[in-house]
Amino acid sequence: MSTPSVATTSRWRALTHHNLFWPVAVLIALLLVNVPFTPDFFAIKMTDGHLYGSLVSIVLFGSPLILVAVGMTLVIATGGIDLSVGAVVAITGALTCSYISDQADQNALAGVFLAMGIGLVAAVVCGLWNGFLVARMGIQPIIATLIIMVAGRGVAQLITDGQIITINSEPYKLIGGGYWLTLPFSIFVVAAVVAVTVALTRRTALGLLVESVGGNAEASRLVGIRSRRIKIMVYMFCALCAGIAGLMISSNTSAADGNNAGLWIELDAILAVVIGGTSLLGGRFSIGGTVVGALVIQTLTTTIYTIGVPTQTNLVFKAVVVIIVCLLQSPKFRAKVFGANGPKGLRRAAAPAPATPAADAAPKMEVSR
Amino acid sequence: MLNRRNFLTAAIGVAAAGTLAACAKEDGGTSGSSGGSKTITLGFSQVGSESGWRSANTDSVKSAAKEAGYNLKFSDAQQKQENQISAIRSYIAQKVDVIAFSPVVVTGWDAILNEAKAAKIPVVLTDRSVESDESLFVTLVGSDFTDEGRRAAKMLEKVLEKAGHKGPVKIAQLEGTTGAAPAIERAKGFKEVMDADHADDWKIVVSQTGDFTRAGGKQVMAAFLQSNPDIDVLFAHNDDMGIGAIQAIEAAGKKPGKDILIVTVDGVKDGFIAMSEGKINAIVECNPLLGPQLMEVVKKVHAGETVERWIKTEESDFMQDQAKDALPTRKY
Repeated sequence: MSTPSVATTSRWRALTHHNLFWPVAVLIALLLVNVPFTPDFFAIKMTDGHLYGSLVSIVLFGSPLILVAVGMTLVIATGGIDLSVGAVVAITGALTCSYISDQADQNALAGVFLAMGIGLVAAVVCGLWNGFLVARMGIQPIIATLIIMVAGRGVAQLITDGQIITINSEPYKLIGGGYWLTLPFSIFVVAAVVAVTVALTRRTALGLLVESVGGNAEASRLVGIRSRRIKIMVYMFCALCAGIAGLMISSNTSAADGNNAGLWIELDAILAVVIGGTSLLGGRFSIGGTVVGALVIQTLTTTIYTIGVPTQTNLVFKAVVVIIVCLLQSPKFRAKVFGANGPKGLRRAAAPAPATPAADAAPKMEVSR
Repeated sequence: MLNRRNFLTAAIGVAAAGTLAACAKEDGGTSGSSGGSKTITLGFSQVGSESGWRSANTDSVKSAAKEAGYNLKFSDAQQKQENQISAIRSYIAQKVDVIAFSPVVVTGWDAILNEAKAAKIPVVLTDRSVESDESLFVTLVGSDFTDEGRRAAKMLEKVLEKAGHKGPVKIAQLEGTTGAAPAIERAKGFKEVMDADHADDWKIVVSQTGDFTRAGGKQVMAAFLQSNPDIDVLFAHNDDMGIGAIQAIEAAGKKPGKDILIVTVDGVKDGFIAMSEGKINAIVECNPLLGPQLMEVVKKVHAGETVERWIKTEESDFMQDQAKDALPTRKY
């Protein structure tokens, strides 16, 4: 009887030590919390030729955050941070929608593509500016990106004249609010961006380069990595992701709101990155973790709406959950609460097993890492 | 790496960006107004430009000030109280003749209003009120939000009657920004009528803030429809949240205005367009064009005349069948 239990516990250990374990556990826990309040929370049904349900809504409304957070992950991996993403979201949406609204035929594909192109180019230019300040001028990332964070929203309001620009363009509606193959189209956009990012960073040396720049920019430069170029690149990539998110957000409501689009999304994105297990010090990152982290945040938001948390206590509720998630993520905290060696203490308390399992579980765990 | 010079450059950069942003939002007419001239200088701190209603309100104030020949100093607080406080403080430092502002939230104004009082600059509130000592401001030019809530409930009675709805009514409420006067008072007014006349049959089953934005309204309504699929009525504290909610209702495969009856407050152009399409059942107007009334009050206050404590704006209510006729008259 003791042999299978040893195998299970060591597998359990390997699982709990996986870097995605706690974010995924929290995500599942949050999803389950909804069930007593919304019995058919997991139900997905066909409505008007597309899938409809809470899970679909979470992915649909969470898509922009996932995109922004993925871009943010790479910036944070280089030891930087990008506070300007929310403003970039607003600028992209404002430019694209104001261009489309000037068209005689808002449904013309060429016009919509051109408008999206203009918006994304503007986003990349913002990223280039951030990268230039950080990598070339040596300005601290938090200060450099603060400039566009503050001024960018003003630019977006200037573009929209302080108005909410409502557009009526079916093709543009697709990217953030439409459906394709019964699924929200934004899922495909997110999947493509995540796949390309993972392929570029994990199938080529690019990810290693990004991590080494984050680990020690000067040492990386000395071994021949063009660390400045890498930095400029990640800021541009981050801004591009924010730009696509901006298209989605404005497309979702068919309106550009220079004042509110992407407001505070930078903070949610940083939170998603941290929940996903990427170190704010730079040097290592996990795209998968970030996606899970963003889903955790969106699920939390949806949960607040569905379980009927009173409006005034929204933020407190959110804060408590985030504190719990961050504590669970901390190995020190887990060691303190669950005993000196993580789950071992728990197990010892539950059933006084022989002392040997811990000893032979340890090397296995090392292998599995 | 970072050295002191770079840090300085960065600091200056940020400061410059801040100033630029501030300059861009200043909308002073002619500068150099002081120096004995009779032009009244009005410092106006706007909440932000969070909705179409607000933009119309801003335009009305600006054009009315221009018409009246006042020197208007305008600043946009981007929905942050601290921005408004610093704007008002700068108006005090600039010794403007009258300060007017639309408070973002109802509390926390005593200190800055006392500063204005000490500087002997009269303060006029527009659109929203504050919870402060009455001596700290001269008057309020704006709507009666509690009454708007009551009117919304009365409109809902008509809407239900017209739709032939029988039996209990399950209501979803999309609240405005938490802590903002229109959100608190519209909810209060609505509940007042509900408790008085419909305690048995009406029930607010879900209520949550949508921050007065379309995206907020859409996301919250999508969640409502999951947790309470049998909602009969939506009461949205502004048109924009209602428009967002309409999109969520359509995505759920229901017909806004038929399966779910919708009553909103404000009456912006996009709201009327949605109503003329049959997607909103009734709109309670909240008139943003209070610029001319404000300028009149400013003139009286500056001349030292006494004015009423609350100067209410003229407003009306609209049912669906009036939408098409009213649409061309909507300027905002």
